[in-house]
Amino acid sequence: MVRLIASIVGAAFVLVLGIALFGSVAGVITDPVAPTAESVAHKHPKELELASNGVFGKFDRRQLQRGFQVYKEVCAACHSLRLVSFRDLQKIGYSEPEVKAIASQWVIEQPSINPETGEAATRKNIPSDRFPSPFANEVAARAANNNALPPDLSLITKAREEGTAYVHSLLTGYTTQPAALLKEFPDIKTPEGLHYNPYFANLNIAMPPPLTSDGQVTYADGTKPTIDQMSTDVSAFLTWTAEPNLEARHAAGFASIIFILIFCGLAWGAYQNVWRDVKH
Amino acid sequence: MSFPWAKQYEPKLPLTRWLDERLPVPRLVYNSLGGGYPVPRNLNYFWNFGVLAGAALAIQIITGIVLAMHYAANGTVAFDSVESIMRDVNAGWFLRYAHANGASMFFIVVYTHIFRGLYYGSYKAPREMVWLLGVVIFLLMMATAFMGYVLPWGQMSFWGAQVITGFFSAIPLVGDTIRIWLLGGFAPDNAALNRFFSLHYLLPFVIAGVIILHIWALHIPGSNNPTGVDVKGEQDTVPFHPYYTAKDGFGLGIFLLIFASLLFFFPNYLGHPDNYIPANPLSTPAHIVPEWYFWPFYAILRAFTADFILPAKLWGVLAMFGSILLLFFLPWLDSSPVRSMNYRPKARIAFWVLVADIAILGYCGGAPATATYVILSQICAAYYFAHFLIILPIISRSERPRPLPNSITEAVLANHGGTSPAKTALATSTTSPAPHAAH
Ligand code: HEC
Ligand code: HEM
Repeated sequence: MVRLIASIVGAAFVLVLGIALFGSVAGVITDPVAPTAESVAHKHPKELELASNGVFGKFDRRQLQRGFQVYKEVCAACHSLRLVSFRDLQKIGYSEPEVKAIASQWVIEQPSINPETGEAATRKNIPSDRFPSPFANEVAARAANNNALPPDLSLITKAREEGTAYVHSLLTGYTTQPAALLKEFPDIKTPEGLHYNPYFANLNIAMPPPLTSDGQVTYADGTKPTIDQMSTDVSAFLTWTAEPNLEARHAAGFASIIFILIFCGLAWGAYQNVWRDVKH
Repeated sequence: MSFPWAKQYEPKLPLTRWLDERLPVPRLVYNSLGGGYPVPRNLNYFWNFGVLAGAALAIQIITGIVLAMHYAANGTVAFDSVESIMRDVNAGWFLRYAHANGASMFFIVVYTHIFRGLYYGSYKAPREMVWLLGVVIFLLMMATAFMGYVLPWGQMSFWGAQVITGFFSAIPLVGDTIRIWLLGGFAPDNAALNRFFSLHYLLPFVIAGVIILHIWALHIPGSNNPTGVDVKGEQDTVPFHPYYTAKDGFGLGIFLLIFASLLFFFPNYLGHPDNYIPANPLSTPAHIVPEWYFWPFYAILRAFTADFILPAKLWGVLAMFGSILLLFFLPWLDSSPVRSMNYRPKARIAFWVLVADIAILGYCGGAPATATYVILSQICAAYYFAHFLIILPIISRSERPRPLPNSITEAVLANHGGTSPAKTALATSTTSPAPHAAH
């Protein structure tokens, strides 16, 4: 009885799938999927060599500081880092007084209230504050950015496929729209206020190219601030903001693996010893 | 329970003797996981996976309880509370990555465990109840993992919950009402998040309870083995402790090695980047995909694209649940008395085709629903149902199994190239009583 019912149920599923399959195949034949502009022009992020890559990866603190400088002088005009506080900068090599100074001189102040009148006000940042958003709210942010919302960057390198390389490719990937592409897909012409970038999912991004000329920031350590260098540095910095415990994780990983290997060796010995006289 | 030659627990200390007369917990442990449980001597490494599943559950419960001390189940703060675990809680990143990757390790182990059962016919008499309870555990695990994935309240959490609870709206007439009742609203929100957290905390303990029943049911007939042949005498078995505790110790080491490599060096490899974006009901991700361990079932769901008497969506949901529920009937669908596929030439081929089939379904379930993947899913889903509901029942009657060994010991010795009866006996040692059958 069970087998009879089962074969009927099985046959029903197979039949319905057969009908669905017929429909799918017919669909492919009668109207094959036309390539889209995205499928033709979208690019995969370029490889990016960073000290933090790989299982031995460690942060290059000088690079993180340079990256922070790029964030501070360029990106912070539009993007917040709401999960990172000023005092976290001590972990990338700034001293406590330096952090205090950075916080208090930060251009965008923290929202607060006037202690006398209770009216909305702002105050200077202190080390325990998170990096503030330059916009009071989402509406203000969109209004200033052609109706697009500049995302918070704290987790951006983990929130995109191959995030670190992606940020670098995105920042250095702005070009003019290829004429050939435009000829093939006339309706994807980059609208007014958007910018063509083949690394961005739908090819047209609302962020104007933030890094436009060599020397846009001046590095204190003498590194030459080419566009590529600034972009690499800020990508490294954003890798740190997304995964500040990467080094501790790698170190704990090696210790654990060594410990477990020793455990495996001992367990193997015990196993062989216990079983030595039993054929199995 | 178990075999007559099983060793008896003998408390040696006054305290253990006192305890044994009042609450014989040590005796229970001895009989279920100690020297008192005789186990076939020929088990291969696939028999490590039951103990590993237990270890994985323990890891989930321990890391989960500590995470719950820092987690806040409220839509406005859930995402940030997980990030504060990652950044501010001592070793919080370790706990969270251990829990997230621990779930994946749990499924890797349980899938291996299930396929072990399928290959060696462990679901057949007299172990049907063990199998049925196993399928219950599997269903509970899936529910637990689904609800756990919603907790960090990222984009995939939210949209995954949206899609999966949407299945219920496929039920005719009352579907939408049920869905709203389950979610406590029209879309996943605080009410849903809170109840998911409550259930996510509860279900692992229910799983632990069902595992006890699973082991209890197992210990009545005793463990199956790679030949599928019944235990005939004492020479066929060894006591669980120290033989299999030692082997499981080594297996646990390898498990931890793989787990640690994943956790410390590739902690986000199995996750989805979109879940690092806070949940946003107004922005639908380009591709909504569940966690990898649901992919085969997700592919089955999406394979049903045509209405036929019932709407396509309802077919998909029925098939997706059906693909798991049919496992409850497997012991009666496969009527061959031979358990191990090693002796079933046709069923063995069907088994490996099934493994490949499920792997392809898994791949399709993780890929975008383009025509190619949908077509592939349709073919593979059809084979999946045909395998269990049609092919296996037919094979189990028509095939001629290869001759079985007379006993486990005979099979072991044939493997070692000798059949002298003297060698059939276990070596006498302090831990196993002198065998008598072979002398
Ligand atoms: C003038 C304002 C502005 C500045 C300055 C700016 N951005 Fe943006 N950024 C935006 C806007 C607006 C978006 C949203 C784009 C969209 O959705 O089309 C964006 C989006 C992004 C994204 C996400 C792209 C995606 O995949 O969704 C990244 C990464 C990014 N910016 C990085 C940076 C970095 C790094 C800097 C500094 C070097 C920077 N931005 C400077 C306005 C800005
Ligand atoms: C059957 C065992 C379990 C499984 C399969 C499981 C699975 C999961 C999964 C997949 C997640 C999402 C991970 C992420 O991406 O962040 C999660 C999160 C969570 N789980 Fe579990 N879990 C189990 C047991 C438990 C237990 C027993 C508890 C608590 C007592 C618990 C508490 C939590 C908490 C607080 C979160 C949210 C924090 C986070 O996202 O990391 N879990 N679980």
